[in-house]
Amino acid sequence: MIQIDCPWCGPRSEIEFRCAGPHEKRPDPASASDVEWTDYLYFRDNTRGLLLEHWVHAFGCRQWIAVERDTVTNAIAGTTPVDAKSVSA
Amino acid sequence: MTRPKVPFSQRFSAAALLRHGLSGQHNWPVMWRSPEPRKAYQAVIIGGGGHGLATAYYLARDWGIRDIAVIEKGWIGGGNTGRNTTVIRSNYYYPASTPFYQRSVELYEGLSDELNYNIMFSQRGIITLAFNPHELNLMARSVNAMQLNGIDASLLTRDEIARLVPICDMSDQARFRCIGGFIHPSGGTARHDAVAWGYARAADALGVDIIQQCEVLGFRMAGGKIASVETSRGSIATEQVAVAVAGNSSVVAGMAGVRLPIQTQTLQAFVSEPLKPVLDTVLMSGLHHTYVSQSDKGEMVIGGDSDAYISYGQRGSFSTIENTVTGLLEMIPLLSRVRLLRQWGGACDLTPDRTPIIDRTTVENMLVSTGWGTGGFKAIPSGGKSLAHLIATGEADRFSQAFTLDRFRQGKLIDEGAASGVAH
Repeated sequence: MIQIDCPWCGPRSEIEFRCAGPHEKRPDPASASDVEWTDYLYFRDNTRGLLLEHWVHAFGCRQWIAVERDTVTNAIAGTTPVDAKSVSA
Repeated sequence: MTRPKVPFSQRFSAAALLRHGLSGQHNWPVMWRSPEPRKAYQAVIIGGGGHGLATAYYLARDWGIRDIAVIEKGWIGGGNTGRNTTVIRSNYYYPASTPFYQRSVELYEGLSDELNYNIMFSQRGIITLAFNPHELNLMARSVNAMQLNGIDASLLTRDEIARLVPICDMSDQARFRCIGGFIHPSGGTARHDAVAWGYARAADALGVDIIQQCEVLGFRMAGGKIASVETSRGSIATEQVAVAVAGNSSVVAGMAGVRLPIQTQTLQAFVSEPLKPVLDTVLMSGLHHTYVSQSDKGEMVIGGDSDAYISYGQRGSFSTIENTVTGLLEMIPLLSRVRLLRQWGGACDLTPDRTPIIDRTTVENMLVSTGWGTGGFKAIPSGGKSLAHLIATGEADRFSQAFTLDRFRQGKLIDEGAASGVAH
């Protein structure tokens, strides 16, 4: 079980959160080529190691947070608040 | 078509068992050699799990390509092949995947004999439970599709389930009341280690080099192609590289600059302490996202959902254990005082549509067999056949022709995750 330090609520168990995955820059659908759009929709870096991703404190303060997590050990390097408008869930 | 017999140095048989029993079991031959890697091979298969070993076996047997190395970072069958719940089934929905998985079940049926190795395939049937009319309606649709595809499946009433699985909670007090389900009689379980070892022994007898403790560190590229595989045991030049590494597909393909539609997540499984025989089938519930069977040793073998985030840690989250056990106890409350004996996690390579990829990549001589997700064990014989066909001919066989990498761009997804309605 991962313990995530919510910047608003303090340390909480992972079951209160939902992982929205790493932040990926969304290309403009109007101008993106088939290949670019496919890459955005389906292809993944699938990072092995330190990864910056978005989580939402779904059963808590409902705030979006950025979590830096090691995908091998699940050790969390840090959490910071994020602006919900910058998140593509 | 008659296949060449595998030239085993010594076959396993009742007579051999008796003979070795009389000499104190000391003189069994080694099952496979442990050769030093040669400088070059016609093809290198990365990943000594079920899929890699089966591919090597079929390449050697069916296509006469024996100048092959299977290289494995750890030990063979030590990844997901030895970390699953051993369920084999063919209860898929779409015509694009049904023949592939059905072929796999049929190959499994003859595998003990063919490999001269007891994989203990037990076709005990798989029963999937329904708890509301909507679920049962979807099951009826799924069963109809299976029957049209020639797969053994039929709906069960509540009374039939009560008779077939007496330990299942059929009371009106159950939190979710079982109202019916379906049975897939040709499904079952097999011994996972034996599948890896059986394929390894047969591939070795056909001349394939199985090289363990050999980690891929990178690729030397020349003219847009892989010239050699750089490993912890030296450089191996090769004409073709096939990647069959499951959880680390993105990492290995990434070393050649190939990007995949794969997300790696942990899937856990558990076994209980051994019990007297209480369950002679595989019991599944999509609602509880839990399934269970009983091993020959008497342990309850329990599987559930994968952890819902990227993870390469072969361990998994405790909350997933709690969820899975909760589901198990809602189906079978009498197991409440049974203790879990052990738990393990595997790194699964999930595609967006939960259908695998057996295809060429953007690097001309790199092929991938990936995206087996949480259900690769059942697919080992068929996956090995298809990848061997692709390596030997450059073309996909008819069973795997829809499992392309380009299907995502084309929108030709095969959404089995939703369609087959099982713990995937």
